Amino acid sequence: MGLLRSDLPLGGDGSARFLPWIIGCMVYLAALALAATMGADRLADRWRSDLSGTFSIQIPPNASTTASERERLLSDIVDGVTKMPEVARVHVVDDAEKQHLLEPWLGPGGLPEDVRLPDLVVVQLRQDAPSGIEAVKAQVAGLTPDATFEDHARWQGDMLAFTHSIELLASIIIGLIAAAAVTTVIFVTRTGLSIHRRVIEIVHLVGAYDSYIAKQFLLHAMRLGLIGGIGGTGLAGLTLIGLDRLLGGAQTSLLPALALDLNQWLAMAVVPVAVSIVAMITAHLTVIYVLGRDL
Amino acid sequence: MVLFENVGVRYGAGPEIIHGATFTLAPGSFHFLVGPSGAGKSSLLRLMYMTLRPSSGRVNLFGRDLDGLHRREIPLLRRRIGVVFQDFRLLTNLTALDNVALPLRIAGVRESQVRQHVTELLQWVGLADHVSALPATLSGGQQQRVAIARAVIARPSLLLADEPTGNVDDSIGVRLMYLFEELNKMGTTVVIATHNERLVGKFEHRQLRVEAATVRLVARPEAA
Repeated sequence: MGLLRSDLPLGGDGSARFLPWIIGCMVYLAALALAATMGADRLADRWRSDLSGTFSIQIPPNASTTASERERLLSDIVDGVTKMPEVARVHVVDDAEKQHLLEPWLGPGGLPEDVRLPDLVVVQLRQDAPSGIEAVKAQVAGLTPDATFEDHARWQGDMLAFTHSIELLASIIIGLIAAAAVTTVIFVTRTGLSIHRRVIEIVHLVGAYDSYIAKQFLLHAMRLGLIGGIGGTGLAGLTLIGLDRLLGGAQTSLLPALALDLNQWLAMAVVPVAVSIVAMITAHLTVIYVLGRDL
Repeated sequence: MVLFENVGVRYGAGPEIIHGATFTLAPGSFHFLVGPSGAGKSSLLRLMYMTLRPSSGRVNLFGRDLDGLHRREIPLLRRRIGVVFQDFRLLTNLTALDNVALPLRIAGVRESQVRQHVTELLQWVGLADHVSALPATLSGGQQQRVAIARAVIARPSLLLADEPTGNVDDSIGVRLMYLFEELNKMGTTVVIATHNERLVGKFEHRQLRVEAATVRLVARPEAA
C-alpha cells in the first residue's frame, strides 16, 4: 500500500489518461510484429530442416516405355540409391502427393487422368556426406540418362533470406514502435512535471530528493504501461487466433505459421511487462533529468 | 544556527532589494522578521530555506556555507527546517493526515510511527476530528494549523513562518504565536516574518527589521 502511495495527483492528468490507449495501440502493433518474427523464424527452421541435404530426382515420362518398365526403372533407382552409404533416406513421391503439390495451381482434381507426371524421388543425404549428390547422379545416370536432379539447397538460401528479411523488417517495426512509446512517455512525464510543478516544489521543500518524486512518476508509468500493454497484447493474441482460424485451411508451407506454441505465447506475455519496465525507466530518467536541470 | 554575512539579494538584473545583511540567529532563539510589505522579508526567508541564492555575501546554515552546496545536499538540510507559508501550500489531493505526514514519509519513517505521531500532533493543534479531511473542506484557520503541523512534525531545528497570521483574525493569530513559543521552548529556533506590528508588540522577542534594503537586528523591541 505504502509502496504505491502517491503524493502527486498524477492519475487526474489529462495527458496521462490517453497514455494507456496509445501504449495499447503500439503494443498491439509490436505484438503482431513479434508474432510475425516468431512465425518467420519457425518457417525458416522448417525449411532448414526440410531442405538441408536433400535433392530430388525427376524421371520424365517416356512415351516409348510401358508402365511396368517405368516401375522397374523406378524400383532399380530407389534400390540403388538406398544402398549408397551417402544416403540417409529415399522417398518416392506418389501420385496423391503429386496431386497435392499441384493443387495450389490446378485446384482439387484439376489434373486430367491421362496426363502422365514425371516420377519423383526425394533423397536425403547423410549429414556427414553433403556432397553425396555427385555419387547419386553417377549411380542414376548408369540406369537412365533422362533423369534430372534438383538440389533443394539451391533455393533454400533464397527462402531463408526472405524469412530473414521478414524478421529484420519486424524487428525494425518493433524498434520504431518502442522509440515512439518512449517518446510518448517522455512527453507525458514532462507534461506531468509541468502541471505539478507547484506540488513538486512543496515536496522538495519538505526535504524530498529528486528520486522520491521520480519514484512516483515511475509507479504511475508502470501502472499505465501495464494497462496499455495487457490490453494491446490481449487484442493482438485475439487477432492472431482469429487469423489462424480464418486462414487455417489455406495454410501452406510458404506462409509463416500463425498459430503460436506455448513458448511463443509466453514470449508474448512478456510484452506488457517489458513495456511497463521501459515506461518506468523512461519516466524515472526523464524526471531526474528535468528536475536536475530545471528546478 | 543561521549566519548572514554581507548578504545581498537581487532578482535578475534589477537593483539589490537587500544589501549588506549581517546577523546571526543563535540556536533556540525566537525572532520576528518585520518590515513593510515588499521590503524583502520573504526573500530573506527564501534564502534560509534555500530556494534563493544570495547575489552577494555568505549564508551559513547549521554550520554549512550554502555557497557551493551541491544540489544533492540540500534535501537533508531542508529536513531540519520547517516552513509555514502564508498561503499554506497544502497538497489539495491529500488529507490533513497525509499532508502532515509528508515530511516523515519523505524521511523514510515507518508507517506505524507516522500515523501515531501525526494523529497526536493533529490532536494537539485541535484537528483530531479532521484527520481525513481534504484541505478544501477546511477553514482558513484549520488549513493554517495543518500547515503548521506539517512544518513541525519532523521536529525541525529551525522553523520559518511567512506571515502565518495573515489569513486569520487577531485572536487566532495570538494563539498561533503561543504555539510557536511552545515549539521554541522545546528548542526550535523560530523566525516569524510578519508586517503585523500590533501582534509583534504583544511579544517580547527580538526583531530583524527590514527597512530601506537593509536588515537591522533589534535586541529589545520597542514598546507596543
